[in-house]
Amino acid sequence: MALLETHRLTAFYGDFQALYGIDLELRQGETLAIIGANGAGKSTFLKTLVGLLPAPPESVVFGGRPIGGLPAAEIVRAGISLVPEGRRLFPSLTVEENLKIGAYGRRQDAYWSLDRIYGLFPALAERREAPSQTLSGGQQQMAAIGRALMSNPRVLLCDEISLGLAPIVIRDIYAALPKVKANGASVILVEQDIVQALNVADRVYCFQEGRMSLTGRPSELDRDKIHTAYFGA
Amino acid sequence: MTVLINTLLQGVMLGGLYALFAAGLSLIFGIMRLVNLAHGDLIVLAAFIVLALTQALGIGPFLGTLVAAPVLFCFGYALQYMLLNRTLGRDILPPLLVTFGLSIIIQNGLLEVFSADSQRLAAGAIETHSIHLGGGLAVGTIQLVTFASAVGVILALNLLFYRTELGRAFRATSDDPEIAQLMGIDNRHIFSLAMAVAMVVIAVSALYLGMRANFDPTIGPARLLYAFEAVIIGGLGSFWGTLAGGIIIGVAQTVGAQINAEWQILAGHLAFLAVLVLRPRGLFPRAGD
Repeated sequence: MALLETHRLTAFYGDFQALYGIDLELRQGETLAIIGANGAGKSTFLKTLVGLLPAPPESVVFGGRPIGGLPAAEIVRAGISLVPEGRRLFPSLTVEENLKIGAYGRRQDAYWSLDRIYGLFPALAERREAPSQTLSGGQQQMAAIGRALMSNPRVLLCDEISLGLAPIVIRDIYAALPKVKANGASVILVEQDIVQALNVADRVYCFQEGRMSLTGRPSELDRDKIHTAYFGA
Repeated sequence: MTVLINTLLQGVMLGGLYALFAAGLSLIFGIMRLVNLAHGDLIVLAAFIVLALTQALGIGPFLGTLVAAPVLFCFGYALQYMLLNRTLGRDILPPLLVTFGLSIIIQNGLLEVFSADSQRLAAGAIETHSIHLGGGLAVGTIQLVTFASAVGVILALNLLFYRTELGRAFRATSDDPEIAQLMGIDNRHIFSLAMAVAMVVIAVSALYLGMRANFDPTIGPARLLYAFEAVIIGGLGSFWGTLAGGIIIGVAQTVGAQINAEWQILAGHLAFLAVLVLRPRGLFPRAGD
């Protein structure tokens, strides 16, 4: 059975329809990548999953339970956590406070703790008392991932975690992924960087203008297929 | 010289009262960007509740406030949860209109129940007691207690904000309400707790308002004005700044009154305008505001 699935999921910003019936499933232990051009609806999809945008109850099913349209605070307690696009750390909180606030909606059987986050990203341990805005981009991204992990999610959603970072920093961040998965989280990545996405994902979904245009294992997809799914024929 | 020092001292003490008025307002604005136009009337309402309790139970105003505080805490929670949360959103007009309406409702409700008569919280001997500091200086015990309470309230609010999990949630929600929800924080609950805490601060303000001078149902809006001025002088979101703001207004008023009794109120407003011209973001602005 799928851990998380969507059925004919639609999303709207007022009158504007951003998603047109997305069917997706994430199995336990999997890493999915969602790729697609700007405005394809990738971030909208993640926002709908975590309850920041309304959805009919049955259109999002998590562990067999319909959760579409539940308040965001309840969805994180159920075990889905988002690393938002642009990191969105709390500016008036220190690094450590940002991590601690991530544990506010913590599930009981917690693996991730402050110490384990610092073990995962040692760069954060040195800056723990620093205001979050004084960190470098890469460190901020680590803090945002750590903050999301502190709720001990079963599903971790990552929105553009490589955006605006140097390749070497991206490598450091992606190096943490196996450890995250080993401790019980399945992962959905939204990624602009297709090579990166194909490298780490078990399966890839491509969105185009709010619809699914392609899905498959990275080994089954070639450049032409992705190009067509990305930009349209 | 003694006159000058005495005037400054009295001004600082008065500033404590204004800082108390302002602390609750600052708390609410800081967390949810809600400008509560009924803040002054809520202080007056709390003063009448304390008055009613002292009369009904035959207790003093300090004990009356202690009894009133938990009641007001619950009232604040309910007020925010059931009414004010519905007004919050991108548009800043609904909360202004609703709290303005609330202000009128409270004033008229109090007139209906308690009449327009001036009231006072009778505190007994402490009212006339004063402490001599030597050199011809003296400060009223009640003034000193007011100031100490203001410092105590601001210390407590700072501890709450910077040392507790709830305070962290307050600050996170204030920074970014959308992302705060993703942490499992229920914003409506957090906002309601903030208003509940503010109502306890309001209860303390009401105690000193009622013991130091007469009050009647219509004096709320003027207290709101002093509170606003203190908050803005101090810089939005800084509790110690709020204390500084209260002191500046208090000192300006007592100095003004010393020169000419008619200038008391005017001098406070002039000090406010001067700060606004020289430091438009206040003396201790929070980064990012």
